[in-house]
Parts: sequence; C-alpha cells; structure tokens
Amino acid sequence: MKILVCIKRVVDYNVRIRVKPDGGGVVTDGVKMSMNPFDEIAVEEALRIKEAGNADEIIVVSIGAKQVQEQLRTALAMGADRGIHVETTENIQPLTASRMLLNIAQSEGVDLVLLGKQAIDDDNNQTGQMLAALWDRPQATFASGLSFDGGKATTIREVDAGLEVLEVDLPAVVTVDLRLNEPRYVKLPDMMKAKKKTIDVKTLADLGVEAAPGVSSLGVRPPEGRQAGKKVETVEELVKELQARGLVND
Amino acid sequence: MSEAAEQRDVIEFDVLIVGAGPAGLATAIRLKQLQDDLNVCVIDKASTIGAQILSGAVMEPGPLDELLPGWRDNPPPICQPVVKDQFSLLTETGRYWMPNPPQMNNHGNFIISLGATCAWLAEQAEEAGVEIYPGFSAAAPLFDETGEKVIGVSIGDMGIDKAGNPKDGFMQGVDIHAQVTVLAEGCRGSVSKTLIKKYELDKAVDPQTYGIGIKELWQVPAGRVTPGVVQHTIGWPMDTSTYGGSFLYQLDEDRIALGFVVGLDYKDPQFEPFEAFQQFKNHPSVKPLLEGGTIISSGARAIVEGGIQSLPRLEMPGALLVGDAGGKLNVPKIKGTHMALRSGMMAAEHLAKELTSTGFDQEWRGSASADELHKVRNIRPGFHRGMWMGLINGALETVTLGKLPWTLHNHNDHDALRKINEPRLSPEYDASARTLEPRDRLASVYFAATEHDEDQPVHLKVADTNICVTQCKEEYDNPCTRFCPANVYEMVEEEGQTRLQINAANCVHCKTCDIKDPYQIINWTTPEGGAGPNYVNL
Repeated sequence: MKILVCIKRVVDYNVRIRVKPDGGGVVTDGVKMSMNPFDEIAVEEALRIKEAGNADEIIVVSIGAKQVQEQLRTALAMGADRGIHVETTENIQPLTASRMLLNIAQSEGVDLVLLGKQAIDDDNNQTGQMLAALWDRPQATFASGLSFDGGKATTIREVDAGLEVLEVDLPAVVTVDLRLNEPRYVKLPDMMKAKKKTIDVKTLADLGVEAAPGVSSLGVRPPEGRQAGKKVETVEELVKELQARGLVND
Repeated sequence: MSEAAEQRDVIEFDVLIVGAGPAGLATAIRLKQLQDDLNVCVIDKASTIGAQILSGAVMEPGPLDELLPGWRDNPPPICQPVVKDQFSLLTETGRYWMPNPPQMNNHGNFIISLGATCAWLAEQAEEAGVEIYPGFSAAAPLFDETGEKVIGVSIGDMGIDKAGNPKDGFMQGVDIHAQVTVLAEGCRGSVSKTLIKKYELDKAVDPQTYGIGIKELWQVPAGRVTPGVVQHTIGWPMDTSTYGGSFLYQLDEDRIALGFVVGLDYKDPQFEPFEAFQQFKNHPSVKPLLEGGTIISSGARAIVEGGIQSLPRLEMPGALLVGDAGGKLNVPKIKGTHMALRSGMMAAEHLAKELTSTGFDQEWRGSASADELHKVRNIRPGFHRGMWMGLINGALETVTLGKLPWTLHNHNDHDALRKINEPRLSPEYDASARTLEPRDRLASVYFAATEHDEDQPVHLKVADTNICVTQCKEEYDNPCTRFCPANVYEMVEEEGQTRLQINAANCVHCKTCDIKDPYQIINWTTPEGGAGPNYVNL
C-alpha cells in the first residue's frame, strides 16, 4: 500500500496570534512556524501503518512557498520516504489544495490519503472532504482509530452519541483527529538522514491546477478587549451598580 | 546507567558549535568560508533559530561587513539605521536631557532584532553548508577516556516524566563528538559553566559579573514613532546605589523595542527588576508613546558585564569559548553583538589553520577586541560606589582613554545582597497607577510564549530547599521570588508549612537565578530540547 500524507505549514500553536495592523490577515513575519499538529498525527499514523507491515511507501506533500520544505523535512525525519513540494506564493484555499492532491493521488496511484482533520490556522476542515468528492472515493473523517483488513479500512470517530465505526473501501481519504496517536520525537540522526531524502519540487502549472481563489477575505480583526471590572464590597453596592447601568430594574 | 551510556548513538563532526547566536553562527559561516570541506554542526536548545535570543539591540556593523560583505543588500528583517541618540536622567516625574556619552554614539550603527538577525544568519550558514539543528539541547560536556579533553556534548533525552522515568515515546539523546567543540551558549551557558569550573578557566581573573535585561517589543498606534531614534535613561525608578537604566529604540512599522537593564550586583534584597521596568514604562515621558499599543513579544536574559578583568581563559583541551559564553560584552557601549561576531570569526580563523583549541586565548588577547575591552575596563566597576561616582569615574576614564594605571576589581554578584533587616534602598513603587500591560509577571510570561512539557524533571535544580525555608527566609526573605522575571519561584504555605515551589514551566531561560541566588544552590540546567520561550523579533 502506498500512502500520501498532506501537511501544512502553520503558525505554531504556542505563538500568540496577532492580527496585522491593516487587518489584512495575521502576522507571520518572525513568527515560529510548525507542521499543523493534526497533520503531524497523520504522518505518525502513516509511519505506524508502515511499521505494522501494511504499507510500503509514505509520500508527504505540501503546498506553499520555499519554507514549507522545513516541515517536509520534519516529516521525512520522522520516517516518511519522500516528499513533494508544490511551490507557489499564491494564497491556497481548500479547493485548490484538494485539486492539487487529486492530481498527485492519481499520478502516484496511492491507496490511502491521510490528512489532519483541519489546519489550526484557518480551521476550514474542508480539504479532505473536497478531495474525496473530486476523486470520487470514500471518506472517513475525524478518525481516532484506524485499522486495515484486505482492501478495506476501518475507522473509529468520536461523535456526540459515542463512537462511530466506519468501514471504507480503499483507495480512500481519511482525516485524523487529536486522539489517534501521539507523534514521536524526531531523532537527531534521522534529521541528518532526512536532508538526503528526495523532495520533488513541482508547480501548480505542472499539475494543471490553477490557484483560483473562490473565497475572498474581506478583513481580519482581533476580538474586542475585555473592559476592566470593578470590585464591590456589598450586595447593596452590587445592586446599585447594576441598576445604574440599567441591567436590572429598580 | 553505564550500560545505557554505552548504547547511546554517536555522531561525529569536525567542529561542533553549541548555540546558534551571533558568535556561534559567525564561527560556522567563517569556517565554511575558509575550509569548505569541514563538517560543521550547530545545535541550539530553542525550537527554532532566534526564538530564545534576546538583545536590545544596536549593532556596530563592522564585523558583519567583513563576514558577509554583501549583507547591506540583503539585510536581516529588522535593520533600522540609527538617526539620533538621546540620553537622559529620570526623576519620578521629570526628565533631564544629558550629553550622550561618547561610547554610546551610534552614528553608522543599526537597530536590529538579534533574534531575527540570528534566524537570518542561520539561513546564510545553511547555504554555506553548515548543518543547523534547533530543538536539541546540550545537556552535558563529554570527555575522552583520560577525562582531560572535551570531545563533544551529550544531547538531552526526550520523554522523561517528572519523576525521572521514561514515558511512552521516550527517546534517548545522542552524543555528538567533534575534534573541537565551540561553546557559544551566551551569558552563563550551562555547559560553559561546568567547563569553566572544571578547567578553572577563571582562576586568574576577577569573578564574572552580570546584569539582567528585560525587554518588550511594542506595536503602537501609527504616527508616534520616529524610526532610528535611540534613547537611554538612567536614574528613576532605581535608587542611585543600583546600576542600570532603560533603552528605548524606535523601529519602522510603528514598533518600539524597549527594556530595562539592572546590574545583578544590586544590594537591596527587596528590589524587583521586573517592577522597575514596569514603573519606567509608566513614567509620564514614556507612557504616552506606548498607550493604546500592544505587546508583540517580551522576555528576559542575563547579560555578562565583567569585561576584560573577568574574562575567563577562552580555551581548554578540545574546546573554545566565544561570544558572551566567554564574557565579551562592552558595557559602556552596551553592545556585545559585534564582539560576539568578531570572536566567532576569530575562532573560525584559528580552527581553519589547525583543528585545535591551543593558542586561541592568546590570539584573542592580542586582538583589537581585547584592546576595546581594556580601554573601558574601569567604567562599569566605577559604579560600585553609586551612580554619581560612576558617572564621574566614567567621564574620567573616557577622557583618559582608559590609560589610567589601575584596574578596578569585580566582585561576585551573589555576595552583593544586604540582609533583609537593613534599611530598604530601592524606592517603593505605586503599582496601582500603572495602566500599561502586562499587569504582572505571569501576564508577561504569556507574551514570551514560553512552553515546557509540565511532565518532565524540573530543570532548575535547587541543591538544598531547606535553606530556602530557614536561612534564606531569615536573611534575605527569599529574593528568588523577586529577582526572577517569570515568577518561577514561589514560597507557598501548606498545612502551616512553608515550602519552595518551582514553576519551571514559566522559565524564560534568563539564568538570573543561577547567578544571583546568594547561596549558589540554584543550578540552571537544560530542559527538553525545544522547550522554553518562543520570542518574536526580540
């Protein structure tokens, strides 16, 4: 089995997000960037599938500027076999990403595409689903358990009522949730080996995909700051304050 | 334990550099320029290069011009030419403009973010073929079988729980061996500290002295900032017995870098460096610049201040000290970046001739950098007798070009504290009138984006916590609870008993506790690789 894992470079989860003063997005200059944590879980799961003898090759793919190769290298250091970097400076939306993934999934002839359930930067939760639709293959989203039997994959997903078990025919798209696994630490010797692994660089044009933004962002603004509170000593004082603000009747 | 040690993976390099700051990266870049076939590796404890670098910073460009002659066409992300220097003395409500000390003339210099500059330098180094690995911390030095020669460092294990047992996903660290190890850990590096002690590198010199610098980067409303203005103050909110002052650098894009530096030879156990900085920000002449703005990032870092009379021997068998690990900051200039870059380049030039540490100390002491420190050697210790005497002595040393036939001595910072029952020296601040964020140290830690897995051994090792509740409580009233800028140390009452609580996850790796603790029982060690602050453009 051949697995394709899609990873995204995002602002690290520890970083305090700041909106650009002009409202044109969030600040990424000088900010620590990392692999989307859900994608890291997808990479880890692919490695475990391979280590269990259910896969022969893991390909990791990412789309974006040159720097996304850092995250591809991290995935290669974790143990993925090779990388594909689709280089672009365009703003990539889920539909473009899924068209790009469709092309690669088909040309590589993969049996399973693993993705994080969503990226922590824009929280779209769309790419996996769109890919499944474009590819016309089954999808299992939010997987917190994954196993294989013959040409089928069984996933467990956490739903409001409890646990839902889904069986899908391969090839399929599986998006992964937080509790599926805990990603491994990267070893220094593996970081070094990863520098020698191949990353193929392609462009969207090579894949015959156009980065057509169907959705335009009108503006981004931070949440309103909280007003300072006031301490009151007694219940009477509290009632008086509330009345003065017209929050309770006299 | 020995069995486990035998199983550790070993990686070999020609040169290993510990720390990706200006000194370490300059060493790496210069080495590859001179000897392209050398295998050069740089490791850093930060999760990404630059994330644990903090400096003012105004940089003299000379060494960078030599290292990367085309750098002005491809400058680091924050690089603002200085247009004006201003120096003033503050009182509680007033500001008195003073002549700018000649050492602090910044004509031709650049305001930079040292963090951003190091990330940029790392790119240049990688292009030159240097292997850089952030997220791997040097836990301890390694020695050859005779125990006499440094042969590299061991990388800390990952995935150990609080009690010291391996967790799921435990990963043993590797050993990195190199023909020469270059220690570029910055001020009070933990491996450097171990080695300075083992080889008695500081035997022939005065004790090293330090300061603590606390810094914030602000985004302020448009129209207030004049990019390139450099301002320094002395005086309030400190008493005249305490050495230190503020810096405020106006950047492009409506950003202001500001901070406060305090000599760690301060005497008053009640003094709180963090509080002094916050009071400074709320001074009537400073607050209007910041009001309505937000903090982008904040943090703290110890600074080496001892100068030439405290400079340790820079070589030992198998290893060198460069940059602030060797203590090369020029205090009157309040600059160390150019010295760090220069010492890194000199180390590389030394190693490119032959891969040995022997002779580096002598080479450095014969260089222009040593002359630069020699000239200003008496200025910082002149402040031991207070601000006014320090200023007079500084003026005298400046006009005589450091040629006076004496050298003032340095003393241990950890011996400087007076007892708690002696009269208070530092002014008491009215914090209630402060309106600028952060409201306290915990809120400040949030802006440092510091992160440590809570389930790991505490990396701040206190040798005897009984001293904290008995002797220290009585003599100094636990100054660790006040000098730490990240509120790591707390004395908590539980069932009528007082005990020390170490909030290690808050630590911003400034190392002040390791320096200022009066009993020298706090040992700062490296936590898991990648843990610690994640500064943005500090």
